[in-house]
Amino acid sequence: MTTPPREKHLIRAYGDRRDDGIIQISFTLPVATSEKAKEAAQIYCKKLGLTDVKVAAAERAADQYTFFVVYARSPVIIDYNEIDTPEIVIKKLGFYELNEFIEQKIARKVVVFGACTGTDTHTVGIDAILNMKGFAGDYGLERYPWFEAYNLGSQVPNEVLIKRAIEQKADAILVSQVVTQRDVHKENSRAFIEQAKEAGIAGKMTLLLGGPRVDHKLALELGFDAGFGPGTKPSDVANFVAHQVLQRLGKEAKGTHFEGEPT
Amino acid sequence: MYMCGMSGLFITDEQIAEARQLASDITDPIFDLISKNTTISVERTVLRWFGVDGVGNLGAPLVNLMCDRLKEAGVLNKGAAYWYGRALRMGASSPLDAVERLTSAPLETLKPLAPAEEAKLRDEVRAEARAAVEELKNRVAQRNDLKREFPMGPAPHKYVIVATGNIFDDVDQARAAAQAGADVIAVIRSTAQSLLDYVPQGATTEGYGGTYATQENFRVMREALDDESRKLRRYVELTNYSSGLCMSEIAFMAAWERLDMLLNDAMYGILFRDINMRRTFIDQYFSRRICAMAGIIINTGEDNYITTADAFDAAHTVIASQFINECFAKRAGLKDWQLGIGHSYEIDPHQPDTLLLELSQAMLVRRCFPDAPLKYMPPTKHKETDIFFSHAYDVMADLVAVWTNQGIQLLGMMTEAMHTPLLADRYVALKAATYIHKAAKGIDQEFTVREDGKIANRARFVFANAIQLLREAQADGMVAAIGRGRFGDVKRAETGGKGLDGVMEKAPDYFNPFLEMMENS
Repeated sequence: MTTPPREKHLIRAYGDRRDDGIIQISFTLPVATSEKAKEAAQIYCKKLGLTDVKVAAAERAADQYTFFVVYARSPVIIDYNEIDTPEIVIKKLGFYELNEFIEQKIARKVVVFGACTGTDTHTVGIDAILNMKGFAGDYGLERYPWFEAYNLGSQVPNEVLIKRAIEQKADAILVSQVVTQRDVHKENSRAFIEQAKEAGIAGKMTLLLGGPRVDHKLALELGFDAGFGPGTKPSDVANFVAHQVLQRLGKEAKGTHFEGEPT
Repeated sequence: MYMCGMSGLFITDEQIAEARQLASDITDPIFDLISKNTTISVERTVLRWFGVDGVGNLGAPLVNLMCDRLKEAGVLNKGAAYWYGRALRMGASSPLDAVERLTSAPLETLKPLAPAEEAKLRDEVRAEARAAVEELKNRVAQRNDLKREFPMGPAPHKYVIVATGNIFDDVDQARAAAQAGADVIAVIRSTAQSLLDYVPQGATTEGYGGTYATQENFRVMREALDDESRKLRRYVELTNYSSGLCMSEIAFMAAWERLDMLLNDAMYGILFRDINMRRTFIDQYFSRRICAMAGIIINTGEDNYITTADAFDAAHTVIASQFINECFAKRAGLKDWQLGIGHSYEIDPHQPDTLLLELSQAMLVRRCFPDAPLKYMPPTKHKETDIFFSHAYDVMADLVAVWTNQGIQLLGMMTEAMHTPLLADRYVALKAATYIHKAAKGIDQEFTVREDGKIANRARFVFANAIQLLREAQADGMVAAIGRGRFGDVKRAETGGKGLDGVMEKAPDYFNPFLEMMENS
C-alpha cells in the first residue's frame, strides 16, 4: 500500500514574526548570582541548542541559587502534517444539548462514580468535575439532570469504590489522583485496574483516570479507557462518558470521537 | 492591635457579641464531654512529657506499647501518669525501665495501694511533672529570647511551604525560602499521616506528598532555621500540623522542639479526615492547652470549607466556624495573639466583582477578630495551569492580605495545581508579595468602605447568615449541625469515623498532673 506524499507544513516557534523561533524559558541553577552565573546560563541555553540567547533576568533566589528568565531562538522546525491524531468528527455538546442528547439516545440517567483513591486526600480535581458547581464556569456532573453522579470523596479504598459502582450499576468510574510524588498515582491506578479486572467490570464500565499529572496516553497504558489532565472541563468528561455509553450499547460506532476528547 | 479604624464597620459590636455568645453555648456540651473523657493519644502525650521516647523491638513507639497494654488491661482510664507512678514505685530507674515493668506486670489484678501510699505516689508524679513543665517552659523561653534578639519582619508574615519528603532536602529549601524573604516555613506532612495512630520516629527521608512529622524532623528543621535566623538577623518561624489521630502528641513534640506555629483546628479532622468527633474534640483540647502554655500560634482550617463547598455560597460557614474555633481555643487557654484564624481567597474568578467580594470577606473576618493575627490562604480551587494568570491571581490575594492587616499570609504558588513548589516558584511569590505588602501598606487608612456599597452589603449578608447558622447549631447542637453537613458540605455522625475506640471515660480517680497544671496556670 502506498500513501500519497503529504505536503509539508513546517512550523517554528512564533515570537512576534513568522519563523523567528523565539521562545521564553525560566530555570534555576544552584550557584550564587554573579557574572559567571549569567555566563553559565548562556552556556546552558546554547547547549540546549538555542541561539541569540538573552538572559533577561538573573535573580538571586537564595544565597546559592540563581533564577533565570531567558529569551532565545530555537532552530527547531517541525512538520505539522506529520502529526497523527484522530480526526475530530463530532462537535462537543453544551450542557442543555447534552442532556437532551442523553434523554433521546440513552433514555435513562447515566450513572457515574468518582473518588480519590488510595491515600490521596486531595478532592479538588474530582470535586471540580462532579460537584454541582463545576469548574471555570462549566457545570459539574451533579448539575446534569441526565447524570446521576456519586462523589465518594477522598481516601476511598479501590474495593469500596468498585463495590458501590457495581451496586448502583454505574456506567463509568472516575479515579482522581492528585498526589504524584514518587509516582504513587501510578501505583494506585495500577492497583485499581487490577481490582477492576478481578471484579469483572473492566471493559464493561468506562474507567477514567484524572489528575494534574495524568494524560490520555498514560491512562491507556495503565489500562483505563481514557485519561483527563489539567484544564479538563466537566463537560469534556460528560460528553466522553455519554458517547462511551452509546458505544457500549451499540448505538454508536466504536472509535467515534468528538471535539475536546483527550487525544 | 491589627485593626485600625474598622470598629463599627458593617455590623455592630453587639452583633459580634451575640455571635460569641452563641459559639459559647454551642461548645458548652462539648466541654462536658471533654472533661469526662480522655483518649489514648492524650495518655501517650502524658508519657512523652515524662520523657518516654524511643521505639520497641518492632519499631512501635514505647508510648504506644505502654498505652495499648494499659488499655487492653482496662486500666488506662485511671491515667497513664498514675501507672507511670506505679512503675516508679516498683523501682523503675528510667522511663524505658518503667515501660518494661508495666508491660510485664499483671495489671488486671494489681491491687490499689494503701491511701497514704497512693497520695504519696501522686505527689511524686506531680513533682516530676512540674519539673518536666519547667523544662518545657525553659525551652520556650530560649525561643522567645532568640525572637527578641532578632525580631521578625513586618506583617503580613509571608508563609511558604516545603514538601520534598526528605527532611534534609526540606532544610535546603527552607533556608533558600528564608533567604528569599519567607517569615514562616511550613513542612507539609506526608499524605495521610493524620490517620496513623502513632507518631513515626527519627529523621525521615521518604514521604508521599510531604515529610513525616517526627520529633527529630522538628528538631532538625528548627536547628537549621535558628541558624538561618541568626544569619539573616530576622527570626524565621516554623510550623507543622497538629491534627489527626495524634493531634496532642504532635503538639507536645512541637512545643518541646520550639516550633512557633501549628495547624490546629477543632473540627478539621472530623470533616476532612473522617476522624471521630469525640476523639477530635478531646484531643484538640489537650493539644490546645499545650499550645497555650508553649506560646504556639495555632492556624485554624476554615479555608478548607470553601475548597469543598463553594466559596461564594458557603462564606457564612467560614465565619460561623471561626467563632466556634475561637471559643474552643479561648477555653483551652489560648490568647488572641495565638489565634491564626483561617480564611482564604477562593471565590471563582470567572464571576464578576470577586476582588470586592474577597475584600468584603477578609474585612469582615478582621472586623470580627480584631486582636487575632488571622491566617490568610491563597486561591487553590480555581487555579489554572497558566502560570502567568495564576501569578496575577495570587497577587490579588497579596493585596487583600495587606489591606486587611493579616498577620500571617500563606503565599500562593503560580504552579499550584501542577506540582509541589519549585524553589523558583517560592522566590517569585515572595518577591511579588514583598512588593505588594510594601507598596500598599496603610491602604486601609486611605480608603474608607462606603456603608451602602457592595463590600458592606455583602459583609452584612454573610454575617447575618453566619448568625443564622450559629443559632441553628445552638438550638440543635453541634453534633446535629455537623451531621447535616453544615460545615464544608461534609456530613459526619457522632459515632462514625476513625479513632472512637481510643476514647475512654475517665475513672473517678483519673490522674493527669499536666492537665491539672495547665488548667490551673
